[in-house]
Amino acid sequence: MSAVATEPLIEAAGLRAGYGAKVALRELTFAVGRGERIAVLGPNGGGKTTLFRVLLGELEPTAGTVRRPERCGLVPQTERSRLDFPVSALDVALMGTIGRLPWWRRPGRDERSAALAALTSVGLDEQADATFGDLSGGQRQRVLIARAIVQDAPVLLLDEPFTGLDAVNAELLERLTASMAAEGRALLIATHDVAQARRWDRVLCLNERQVAFGPPSDVLTLDVLEATYGGAIVTLPGSGAAILPAHHHDHEHEH
Amino acid sequence: MTATLWHALSDPWGQAIMRRAFAEVTLLAVAGGALGCWVVYYNLSYSAESLSHAMLPGLVVAALTGLPLLLGGAAGLLIAAGGVALAGSVTAVGRDTAVAVVVTTLFGLGVLLALSPETPAGLGNLLFGDPLGASDGDLLLAAATALGVAAALALLHGRLVVVAFDRTNARALGVAPLAADATLLTLLALVLLIAVQGLGNLLVIALLIAPASAARLLSRRMPATVFAGAAIAVVAGIGGLYLSYYAGTAAGASIAVVLIGALVAIALARAAAERTLTLARR
Repeated sequence: MSAVATEPLIEAAGLRAGYGAKVALRELTFAVGRGERIAVLGPNGGGKTTLFRVLLGELEPTAGTVRRPERCGLVPQTERSRLDFPVSALDVALMGTIGRLPWWRRPGRDERSAALAALTSVGLDEQADATFGDLSGGQRQRVLIARAIVQDAPVLLLDEPFTGLDAVNAELLERLTASMAAEGRALLIATHDVAQARRWDRVLCLNERQVAFGPPSDVLTLDVLEATYGGAIVTLPGSGAAILPAHHHDHEHEH
Repeated sequence: MTATLWHALSDPWGQAIMRRAFAEVTLLAVAGGALGCWVVYYNLSYSAESLSHAMLPGLVVAALTGLPLLLGGAAGLLIAAGGVALAGSVTAVGRDTAVAVVVTTLFGLGVLLALSPETPAGLGNLLFGDPLGASDGDLLLAAATALGVAAALALLHGRLVVVAFDRTNARALGVAPLAADATLLTLLALVLLIAVQGLGNLLVIALLIAPASAARLLSRRMPATVFAGAAIAVVAGIGGLYLSYYAGTAAGASIAVVLIGALVAIALARAAAERTLTLARR
């Protein structure tokens, strides 16, 4: 555990949320502190996106309570990025400053410095002027992380950031999440990678409700994973390790 | 040779009517060319065409009753917006079909009214435009529109970029996509309303879409794209007026032809440059 403070940044108690009459997520009770990396596991439609929308303040809970910071940073899937739009990596990082500026003000020198610093922290200072669409998938993912860093949010929500990354870029990204956590940020990382989730501080399993929450050694059991993924689990002979069948990696819109 | 060329270029400027047309087209081109880039990147080209066609009955009714065309056009736009919203609310119809049905109906109604025996002469200008007939009031309106559009696009640039690049997550970045859409559609309605009198109901869309599509091929950053869109629109607009002057063709149609010609020329030049580069790398 890399927590550097005990005061929780996020605290949910009996949280329920949904869309109109449909309840998408219920019975959520968990707390996340500074410096923690939380894996959010669950099938498509299991409520990961709904939880993120609640934490971003885009969706009001229909029951229960949630305490969250005023601002959470979101790192969306780079696979859904618009690649034909004419922006540089620096332009994308600068987008993280827009929400803090009055509508009539354009980003100035201070904002550009913050965006460049964020790009430097993700190792992309030399690509600042490169066109976003020309970057590799791993580089684009890091630009989107830089954008979230520029938002200066204590909580970062990462939506399946490892999808489509090769081993080198995945390792780079994992190191980056560790350094962001070490700076005191809390990270909630939606993922399907059970092996990776074992290396993080805690795991939140969702399947339209909270199936389990706790340290990986307690949570990542075959029973919990079967309850989370509806029994669609494959076990590796001899290792006892559980992995998910390939179709769970095909992302679909939850809502 | 130089003297002949200079004479050919300067001759139209000797006439007051042409000087006013150059001013009108330049102002409309700045507004339309710059705004068109956002229209293209927001995938609003179909909406732009629909809006311009849907305001025809309002323009015709205004011409028939002697009301200001501006008022008629504005009323036409409001009726079209209401009709689209109403038809779009019918789930079985679908939004695209609703827009198509409402716009076709309104355009058909406009043509029917325009062909009635009571129709005053010169109503063809509503369809094909008459930049040579620009009045002082038209020039003033065009200048105010160009200034307003340029100021709005400059002030809102960052927010428009966020929504265009990442609409799904714009709210998480503190930008409301609905506000960006509403702003762009309002500017679009304003430009159509003012430009339709100079360029015509059928041809105004060329000013919005052709320079923007050409600029998209040339630029790799949004500010440069917007500047290129405005510059291409101005150059092609003035080129169209020269064509009209020397070929004796209708001014609105000549401008539309040059705008489209510029897009085709730039697309061909870019394709040729890419081919040359590919061959050089082999």
